Amino acid sequence: MTQSHRIPGRGLIDRSQPLNFTFDGVMYQGYQGDTLASALLANGVRLMGRSFKYHRPRGVLTAGSEEPNALVEVFENGQHTPNTRATMAELYGGMVARSQNRWPSLGLDVMAVNDLLSPFFSAGFYYKTFMWPRAFWEKLYEPAIRRAAGLGRLDRRHDEAAYEKAFAHCDLLVIGAGPTGLMAAMAAAQAGADVILADEGSALGGRILADQPEIGDMPGLTWLETMRTDLAAMPNVRIMTRTTVTGAYDDGTFGALERVGLHLADPGDLPRECFWRIHARRAILAAGALERPIAHRDNDRPGVMLASGLRAYVSRWGVNPGKVVLFSNNDSGLATARALTGMGIDVSYVDPRPIPVTEEFPVYAEARVIATQGRKGLKSVDIQHRGGTSRVEARTLALSGGWNPSVHLACHLNGRPQWDETIAAFVPRSDMVPGMIVAGAARGTFSTGACLQDGLEAAQASLTALGIRKKPRLGVPVAEAAPYRIAPVWAVEGDGRAWLDFANDVTVKDVKLSAQEGFQSVEHMKRYTTQGMAPDQGKSSNVAALAVLADATGQGIAATGTTTYRPPFVPVSIAAMGAGGRGTGFAPQRFLTSDAQSRAMGAPMIEAGLWYRPSYFPRAGEKDWRDAAEREAVMVRGAVGVCDVSTLGKIDVQGKDAGRFLDFLYTNTMSTLPVGKVRYGLMLREDGFVMDDGTCARLGPDHFLVTTTTAAAGQVMRHMDFVQQAFCADCDVRTISVTEGWAQFAIAGPKAREVLATLGDAPDLPFMGCAPMTVAGIAGRLFRISFSGEQGYEVAVPTRYGKDLFARLVTAAESLEGCAYGMEALNILRVEKGFITHAEIHGRTTADDVGLGKMVSAKKDCIGKAASQRPGLSEDRQQLVGLMPVNQGETLSAGAHLYNERDPATRVHDQGYVTSVAPSPTLGTWLGLGFVVNGRARHGEVIRLDDGLRKRQVLVEIVDPVFFDPEGGRMRD
Amino acid sequence: MTDLVAEHAVALRTTDIGRASLTAFDPGPVFSIAPYPGVRPVVNAMPFPTPGQIVTQGAVRLVWAGREQAFLIGAAPDEGLSAAITDQSDGWAWFRLQGEDATAVLARLTPLDLRVSAFAPGTSARAPLNHMQAVILRTAADAFELAVFRSMAQTAQHELVEAMTRVAARRAR
Repeated sequence: MTQSHRIPGRGLIDRSQPLNFTFDGVMYQGYQGDTLASALLANGVRLMGRSFKYHRPRGVLTAGSEEPNALVEVFENGQHTPNTRATMAELYGGMVARSQNRWPSLGLDVMAVNDLLSPFFSAGFYYKTFMWPRAFWEKLYEPAIRRAAGLGRLDRRHDEAAYEKAFAHCDLLVIGAGPTGLMAAMAAAQAGADVILADEGSALGGRILADQPEIGDMPGLTWLETMRTDLAAMPNVRIMTRTTVTGAYDDGTFGALERVGLHLADPGDLPRECFWRIHARRAILAAGALERPIAHRDNDRPGVMLASGLRAYVSRWGVNPGKVVLFSNNDSGLATARALTGMGIDVSYVDPRPIPVTEEFPVYAEARVIATQGRKGLKSVDIQHRGGTSRVEARTLALSGGWNPSVHLACHLNGRPQWDETIAAFVPRSDMVPGMIVAGAARGTFSTGACLQDGLEAAQASLTALGIRKKPRLGVPVAEAAPYRIAPVWAVEGDGRAWLDFANDVTVKDVKLSAQEGFQSVEHMKRYTTQGMAPDQGKSSNVAALAVLADATGQGIAATGTTTYRPPFVPVSIAAMGAGGRGTGFAPQRFLTSDAQSRAMGAPMIEAGLWYRPSYFPRAGEKDWRDAAEREAVMVRGAVGVCDVSTLGKIDVQGKDAGRFLDFLYTNTMSTLPVGKVRYGLMLREDGFVMDDGTCARLGPDHFLVTTTTAAAGQVMRHMDFVQQAFCADCDVRTISVTEGWAQFAIAGPKAREVLATLGDAPDLPFMGCAPMTVAGIAGRLFRISFSGEQGYEVAVPTRYGKDLFARLVTAAESLEGCAYGMEALNILRVEKGFITHAEIHGRTTADDVGLGKMVSAKKDCIGKAASQRPGLSEDRQQLVGLMPVNQGETLSAGAHLYNERDPATRVHDQGYVTSVAPSPTLGTWLGLGFVVNGRARHGEVIRLDDGLRKRQVLVEIVDPVFFDPEGGRMRD
Repeated sequence: MTDLVAEHAVALRTTDIGRASLTAFDPGPVFSIAPYPGVRPVVNAMPFPTPGQIVTQGAVRLVWAGREQAFLIGAAPDEGLSAAITDQSDGWAWFRLQGEDATAVLARLTPLDLRVSAFAPGTSARAPLNHMQAVILRTAADAFELAVFRSMAQTAQHELVEAMTRVAARRAR
C-alpha cells in the first residue's frame, strides 16, 4: 500500500513528483518535498531505529535537526553515511536508507535483550561493574559493550567524496529565517546593510511552514512567499538555506554547515557539504526554540513525538497520524490540538492544568499520561484524570512540555543563560556574544506577533551599531500575540522507566540515582549518566534532566544551571571541515624545474619541506636504492655528479647595514666577508640552540645572499623579519626570499670544471668564491661551495631556465662518466664528510654540541649567544661523533641509542643516540653520526648501538665525525 | 652553444568553467622595491603605494605587496632608488581569474573579505590562497590577478579549477 497515511491535498509537497526509495530493503514512495522521516510516516512506518543502549524500538520524535531517535544509514554514490537524521535527509528518487544498531533486523533485534536486563544497565553500571581486573577493560569489556551499544557503523573506507569550504563576509548575519529572522533580514537589507540570512531548513520560513499562522491579514505562507521573493531580489542579501550555523567564535566569526548536494539523486559536481566560515560585523540569533517532551512511563514508543513535530508532519507533509493523544502543559500544545482538529485530526487533549474543557475535542484537564502500550508501535495511552484512569486508543502520542529557546550559539563563548520562571526556560543574557542580539523565540518571545516586532527591533539596533542611518521601510504586520502560559511538568511520577534522553537512553531514575550517589552537579550528572552526550547533544533532554536533578537535590533549577554549550550546534562531518585536505590536498606540492626529467629517469621522489626531490636515479641492473646511491656516490668521488639544490632557501639581504644585521643573526662575523666570497654560517635561536646553518655570499658591498636548509627556509625568513622589526628597526636593511626565483644545481667531483666549461666561460673561482656567470647565454651566478667534499660548484639561473639547464648538466656529466645524483647519494657523501643536517641540528643541540663552538664569535653579540652560555649547556653534553662498526660488515641504524658495552639498554644508562647513517662505498663500511656524552674525548672507545625497534645490537667505535679527507684537500684544490 | 630555453611554471592557457575563467599569464618583469627606512621613493615616476594600493601608469604597475614592499610589474626600475631591489620575475606564477563567478570561486580559497566595499578594484592584498601565501590584485569587480610561489603553480591551478567546478555546479542547479 503506497502512502497509506497521507492526507489527500494537504502539505507543501509536490504530488506531481513521486519519488521511490527503499528503507531496510523495502520499496516505498514519497513526494518531492518530503524528508525521509515524513515519507516513512506517510507510508505508515513508525519504527525507524533502535535505541543506543537498550535497543528499544523507536520512532521519529521531532521534525528538525534536534532529532534523537530516527538515525539511519544512507547509501549514495558509493558513500555510506551513518547517523543521518531522517528528519534532515531530504528525499530524492532512488534513496537507499537502512536502520542501524540492530541485528538481524529492525523488527527483530536480539540485542533488545539489553532491555530486559535494564536493571543492570542503569547509570554508572559500567563504572561499577567493569572495574576489575583492570586488563579486562580494554580487551574484553569495552569491545563487548561497543558491539552491544552504539549507533551506526563506518564502512572503514576513506571518504573520497567531494566537500567544499568557503568564506563569507557580511555586515549582518541573521541566523534563522522564521518570522523573527525574516523581519530582521528584510529591515536591515532595506536600510542597505549586507545581509546573510541562513536557515537550516530546505526552505525559508521556520515555524511558518508548520504552523501556518495568519500574518498581515494574509495566510502566513503568502506573506512568506512575498518576503522570500523580495529578499531574493535584493543584491545586498545572500540567502543560505540548508545551512546550519554551527558555532560562534571570536571576533564575529561563525562556522556554518551547508548541505549542498545531499538532497539530490544526481549531485553531479556539487559537493556533499560546504563548511562556511562567516565573518559578520553584527549578528542576530533568531534560531527559534525547541520543544521538549514530558517524561512519563514508556514515553519512547514508536508513535510518540513532540507536538510541534506532529503539527509539522500533518500541515507541511500531509501525514495522517491516526488517532492522537496530545499531552501538554502549556498553551502552545493546546493551540496545536486546536490546529490539528481544524485539519480534521482526531485529538484527545491531556493537560495537568485546570483548563476549561470547552473545546471541540475531548479535554482531560488536571490529567496526565501515565503509561503507554505497543512495543513496536503505539497502541494505547493510559490517562490519569480526576475520574480515575482511562486507557485511550491512539496511534500517535504528542508531547509538549514547553519550549526551550535555542540559546546555544549565544552561549558558545562561555556565557551562561539565565532561568526565566514565567516561561520555565533558560533565556540568554545580553551581550553573551559581542555583537550578537538574540531575538524572537530564541530569547523566549514566543507569539508570532511579538517575534515579528522583535526581529524589526533587533535589526534597528544592529543598524545603529553598524552606523547605518537609513531607516527600513517595513512595519510590523499584524499577527497572533497570545500570551504563553505554562505549568512546568518535567516528569510524571510513577513506576517504570520514564525517558529523558532518548538518544542515550537516560531515564528519570538514572538522574535521581546520580544525585543519590553524590553526582549532584549538573556537569557530574551529565558525565555519570551520559545524558546529553549523544549526537543530538541533549537538545530535547537537557533542561528536563537538570530540572529532575534540581528536584532531587532540592537546589532549584536556577541554582543548578546548565552544562556548557559548545560548538557545533549540529554534528559536522570532519570531511566538511577539512574539505580538500585529503592526501595531496593537505599541503601545497612544490615541484622543481627538474621534476619531469627526474621522474622520466625513474627516480622515486621523496618529500622535503613540501618539495619533491629525487631519491636516486636507478640504472639497469641496480636492484635497490643502495645499488643506485652507492654508484652515484662513487661517480661523484671518481668523476662528476649533478644535483638539483634549488630547494635550499635563498634570502636576499640588502642595505648599507646588511653586514651589521647579519653579524647579529649569525654566530660568526659576516660584515668582514669580502665581495665575491662565501662563508659558512650558523644561526642560533633566542634560547641558544642551533636554528639553522648555511652559506652567506657577498654579492656586492651592500648585498648578501643567505642560503638556508630546505626545511628551515620559512623559519629563517620569519626569524629575519622578526629580528629586523624587533631589534634592528633602525638598520638600513631589507630582506626578501628569492628561493623561488633561482634554479640552482650542484656540480661535484674531480671533473666538475669540465662540466662547467660546457656552459660557457666560467670565472676561475677559489674555494668559497662566488661571481656572476653567463650560463649558456643567460645571466646567472656561480658559487664554489661543496656539500660533498669534492671540488664543487653551484650554478644558478633564473628559474624559467632550470629545466633546460638540468638537462644539459646531466648530459654533460654522463658524457664524462658522471651522473645525476639524488638525496641518498647526497646523504652518503655528506656523512662521509661529517657535514651536519637537521638530523643533527634538530633543535636540542648547541653549536658546541655539533663541534662548532668556535663559530660563536667572542668579539660580538648575536641572537642566542647569551642563552647559549647558560649553566647546563656546557658540561657533560652529548657531543657529535662519528660511529663505525667494529665488525665492518654490520649495518647501523639511525634512531638507535648508545650504551656502554656491558650496560643494559635502559634510560639511566643511555650514552647517546644515532642521528644519521649511510653505507659508504668509499670506505667499504656503514658510517654513522650521533651524539655521545663527552663524545669528543672518547674517540677510540667501543660502545654498543642498540636499536630496540629493529632488534639490532652492534658494537661501534667512536671516531671523529669527518671520515673522509679530513684535511679537505679534495674540495679546495 | 645555444642559449638556455625558458619554460613557464604551467602552460599559459585559459580554462573556462561555468561563469569563471582562469588564465595563467606572464606579467613580464617583476621587481620588488623595498624602500629603506624613512624613504618613500618615486618609482618610475609613480608614487610609492600605500598599503593595498595599486598605482598604474600605462602598462606598468606598482603594486603594494607587503610591509614596506611593492612589486613593480611590467618594467625594470629606474636607477638610483633608495630601496632594495630584487628581481622577482621568476619567483611567482601568475593567474588571472575573471568572470561573474570569479569572486565566488576565490571565496572558496581565501578568507579575504572580497566585497567590493572592502576590497575595491585597483587594490592589492597579501593573503592565503588555501595553504599558499599569495599576492592578490583586484583589477575589476569581477577580475583578480593571483600570484603564488612558482613551485606551487600546479597546486594553485588545481585548487582554482576545483573551486571553479564546484561553483559552476551550483550555477547549473
